[in-house]
Amino acid sequence: MPDILIIGLNHKTAPVEIRECIAFSGEEAASGVEKLHKLHPVQEAMLISTCNRVEVLVTTDHSKGTLSAVTAFLAEFKQIPMESFKDSLYVHAGDDAVRHIFRVAGSLDSMILGEPQILGQIKEAYRLSIAAKTSGVILNRLLHKTFSVAKRIRTETGIGDHAVSISFMAVELGRKIFSSLEGKAVLLIGAGEMAELAVEHLIRHKIGKLVVANRTLERGMELAKKFKGESVKFEEIPDCLETSDIVVSSTGSKDYVLFADQVKKIMRNRKNKPIFFIDIAVPRDIDPEINKINNAYVYDIDDLNNVIQENLEDRKKEAVKAERIVDEAAIHFRKWLENLSVVPTIIELRNKIQTIARDELKKTAQSLNHLSDEDLTALDKMINAMTNKILHDPTMLLKSTESHWNKEAYLDLIHKLFNLYPR
Amino acid sequence: MESDTFMDIVIIIFYLLGTVGYMAYLFFQKDSFQKIGFGVLLAGFVVHCIQIVASIYKLGYVPVENLNQTLSISAWAIISVFFWIQYQYHLKILGIFAAPLAAFIMVAASGLSAEPSQTQTVLKSLWLQAHIFGVFLGEAAFALACGTGLLYLLQERAIKSKSRGFFYKRLPSLDLLDLTGHACIMAGFLLVTVGLITGFVYAKSLWGRFWNWDPKEVWSCITWLIYAALIHQRYTVGWRGRKSAILAIIGFVAVVFTFLGVNFILKGHHEPFTRW
Repeated sequence: MPDILIIGLNHKTAPVEIRECIAFSGEEAASGVEKLHKLHPVQEAMLISTCNRVEVLVTTDHSKGTLSAVTAFLAEFKQIPMESFKDSLYVHAGDDAVRHIFRVAGSLDSMILGEPQILGQIKEAYRLSIAAKTSGVILNRLLHKTFSVAKRIRTETGIGDHAVSISFMAVELGRKIFSSLEGKAVLLIGAGEMAELAVEHLIRHKIGKLVVANRTLERGMELAKKFKGESVKFEEIPDCLETSDIVVSSTGSKDYVLFADQVKKIMRNRKNKPIFFIDIAVPRDIDPEINKINNAYVYDIDDLNNVIQENLEDRKKEAVKAERIVDEAAIHFRKWLENLSVVPTIIELRNKIQTIARDELKKTAQSLNHLSDEDLTALDKMINAMTNKILHDPTMLLKSTESHWNKEAYLDLIHKLFNLYPR
Repeated sequence: MESDTFMDIVIIIFYLLGTVGYMAYLFFQKDSFQKIGFGVLLAGFVVHCIQIVASIYKLGYVPVENLNQTLSISAWAIISVFFWIQYQYHLKILGIFAAPLAAFIMVAASGLSAEPSQTQTVLKSLWLQAHIFGVFLGEAAFALACGTGLLYLLQERAIKSKSRGFFYKRLPSLDLLDLTGHACIMAGFLLVTVGLITGFVYAKSLWGRFWNWDPKEVWSCITWLIYAALIHQRYTVGWRGRKSAILAIIGFVAVVFTFLGVNFILKGHHEPFTRW
């Protein structure tokens, strides 16, 4: 029975300088997996490459030689010296390999626990190996089980549930205040990567008008154009406040940009409709006293990060449930894999045929009262002989040492045809 | 009266089971608990409807002859308004307020005598039926507005204090809670206004005067004014969110006093129906 091996590196074992050299682009991955498949010890192959990991998933009958073969392949294909990445490689074999791919797909091995992209990336890698015909019975079943484990983790645990990034957090909080973000007016004060990400994310939730205020009018107009919004002078901010529902602030100002009395003044004109301030700046832009005003909510960067930490802790708790799902699935997979070898299959097949035959004999014997004990023994011997003769040819074929890679396919087929799979 | 008591027990059991379902939903957040709670509540409600309809058929008028019966009708009204809210706003979590409240009222009612007071002839007028209908449903709406208000305050605290606690993920958005509360108050106000007007018309037909300085009349007007003020302030100045939630709770305290407290502390012509 072939071994399953996973060889690779990820963000925990290799810094980004190495990962970026060894990562495969789309086309590289397609031809890479073909070349990988042609390596001598490799039977089935798959290649996963993301910005945080490069992993090679193979089945082989010669595990010992596989690590060096794969390392050489990576060095040659990506034109980088082996020494630069050799020590970052890890190897998972057998059960560990199965658990590893389950964990990776369930986002348990990701930089951010519970992130949703990895599953799609694995599906893409699998699609490439199907197209290149480098996957066979074992990897096919393994990957299908991987996808269902990932789905179970997603639906049965809360691992992906709450926001763990500033922009997602801003949206999540926004939706706890306003039931939906659709049509809400957003005011962006200042600029900056996080603020712009937050605004992008809000836009994805179909906000209404976007107004951008920046000390440099040019920069403000640039941003307004990028987000298809309106640009205003910095001094006009208090006027815009009245019609804004969400304010994202990220300026380099040392002092507060918005004060409590400014907000108190406009609340009445807003008919007290809620207003949500997201203050990403350090030092803070939004006077924290504003949070005390009725229907005004202020979250500064510490608040956001605290909530994110809480959510990450929650995710760790959910990860425990997810690990249990992974363990269960790994056990089931091992059982399937074990049954995929010749002797157990033949034994199961033989048992099934004999059970059917003996049951029928019992039923028939009940209506044939004239049969003696010796007759029944003779019939029993006949059943044995028949089973042996029927199974002789299939057993010979399966036990033959030719065409290894076909064997798993045949065994799988027998299991399917005769419904031998464990429940 | 035996089948009546049997029905009472069935209703109480269903409302209590509904409470358990919603509480489980609150703690574990599994939708199946909410569905079970809702289904059980619905079953109890159907039995309750049957009981009331049977009473109307037998007596010829809505059964509000004593405290036992009025409490039963108010529990029924609370569940009806809750179902309407469910249908319009899908505010499932409100069940943790509505179900136990109805169950509690039914349990309290069951401890009271089922004997009617003597004034049966008084009860057959259509004006009176409308008065009862308007007042009970309206006050049930106010009760649920109070529940929504409580949930609003809990959620608001969770968001403002940045320490989200138990309720944050179990409660919907502030906006939804505020909107639902407002809808309850508007509906309740409309119904209570109808109830009060028909009450005055009926009083005129029975006693010759619209207004009798009966304590319940006085306190009903005070309650009515509280809600009128709330609605007015919401539309003109924007009393929404926190202020509206607090006032909904205060208003409901006034409602409870008007409904119950008045009868026990002060006397008046509503007293016979609420004697125990």
